[in-house]
Amino acid sequence: MISDITLGQFFPGYSPIHKLDPRTKIILATLFIVAVFVANNPASFLLIGVVALILVAVSRISMSVILKGIKPILFILLFTALINIFMTKGEGAPLVEFWIIKIYKEGIIRAILMALRVIILIIGTSILLTYTTSPIALTDGLESLLSPLKKIKVPVHTFAMMMSIALRFIPTLVEETEKIMNAQKSRGADFTSGSLVQRAKALVPILIPLFVSSFKRAEELATAMECRCYRGDVGRTKMVKLEYRARDYIFLAAFLLIIGLMISLAILPYKFELDGILYGVPFYKV
Amino acid sequence: MNDYIIKCENLGFTYSENIEGETSAAEEIPALKNITLGIKRGEYLAVLGHNGSGKSTLAKLLNMILTPTVGKIYIDGVDITAEDFTEDDVFAIRRKIGMVFQNPDNQLVATVVEEDVAFGPENLGLPREEIRRRVNSSLALVGMQNYMRHAPHKLSGGQKQRVAIAGIIAMKPEVIIFDESTAMLDPLGRREVIEIMERLNREEGITVINITHYMEEAARADRVVVINDGELALDGTPKKVFSKVARLHSMGLEAPQGNELVLLLRDAGCRIDGDSLTEEECVETLYNFISKEKTI
Repeated sequence: MISDITLGQFFPGYSPIHKLDPRTKIILATLFIVAVFVANNPASFLLIGVVALILVAVSRISMSVILKGIKPILFILLFTALINIFMTKGEGAPLVEFWIIKIYKEGIIRAILMALRVIILIIGTSILLTYTTSPIALTDGLESLLSPLKKIKVPVHTFAMMMSIALRFIPTLVEETEKIMNAQKSRGADFTSGSLVQRAKALVPILIPLFVSSFKRAEELATAMECRCYRGDVGRTKMVKLEYRARDYIFLAAFLLIIGLMISLAILPYKFELDGILYGVPFYKV
Repeated sequence: MNDYIIKCENLGFTYSENIEGETSAAEEIPALKNITLGIKRGEYLAVLGHNGSGKSTLAKLLNMILTPTVGKIYIDGVDITAEDFTEDDVFAIRRKIGMVFQNPDNQLVATVVEEDVAFGPENLGLPREEIRRRVNSSLALVGMQNYMRHAPHKLSGGQKQRVAIAGIIAMKPEVIIFDESTAMLDPLGRREVIEIMERLNREEGITVINITHYMEEAARADRVVVINDGELALDGTPKKVFSKVARLHSMGLEAPQGNELVLLLRDAGCRIDGDSLTEEECVETLYNFISKEKTI
């Protein structure tokens, strides 16, 4: 169960996306996020959705892994969808009217698009960043992109290192949490029944040993790193040199094209008719 | 002239609690006292001792994680307890003395095997091609070359420890200290790590210090040092050290099982000759004994 959490996990491989420069991937992910938020009508959603699916196909990450990554956020998705359904006021007559609840067509459309937006966002960014980029490459990329900030004394390297270690220990700590939970369960602890307060209280005996062991781990890791001559970025070199290659430029160009298309789809006035329904801008009022 | 890669003179160390205003010196028990020990280049040394005997403290002193309260340590002729020791000097020492710890999970920094092995050489500021070469050769040396792009958390305990060892080898140290590196492994993983240790010692000429509480491991070393309550209790070849069974028992240790068995049999009146430090030797000795008895 908790080992199913894949959000923030890296799957090593040799696909074109794996081979992209991490800096490219960070830039692409940023462009992707912008594109997702620019999308506001079916055509643009279709486009960005197809882009996300193409990324999945190219990365050769299996769809089941991606669905597992979405599972943990299902609750948030449902919650925002419901809020959107109930809180959006439309122009025409409400579809459903019951007591103080009025559901409009616009609300439903908005809820669906919102959910789609979050799902596409997660698929795109996790394919571009976490699933295909090793945390070290990712932090190298971030470090390199943010290195101008070093001039104003921002400890970029330290932050990058902290982040990569945090990512490295996610699976280890998940494993440990599972062990502690099993140990507590075998002694009669109950995490699944009772009121919310009771369940929250039941988590304390998990969290405390987890914290204690995390501190111990941190100390041991720090010692091990010192033994391996780590002293921040002083005189440090890198095995993998970050280099933009042809494929980086191709991906960047493709993404710029897509985002240009998205913006024009979203902003330029256009109209088309499909099945007797007139689509135009704005498709719904934002 | 410099036969000794490591030399300790009257070494002592006391953990200080450092609670402000409450320095009760009388209550502080030294973790190590009066250790005088020379370790030769290329030696394969095992350090034995029960929990809390101070054996890990010794390792941490040698690697400058801790500074001794009294005494001197010379690494390759350099006094590392000198007052004017700078941070750069510390790194020069750590480059010479690699250390593999107990918990393999807590030594791996990276999420990909090869990046973890590269961590040390990267810290040394080596050129890129050299790092790549060292990563490849170190992984080959520990037999993990087929796992280069794997994620460490998916490996077995023994495999993780082998990656950790590769990470140290990649820094080309002269000495590797294994601080109970086999304690958390299953028998198979333990055997793998021991084999690597011995290969590093014989084929690469690296001085190996194995801090352990497995007698069977210690029996394979060239020399065994026993630390008891912070003091050097026994020092000699495994044969010599493990013959002092009563002394070992008084320190909460046991001789290797084969050794104990043969000694018990001797006490019971059997006239058994030969060594039985390792399992193979024990089998051999017993076999010889039984076949001799039969002919009589």
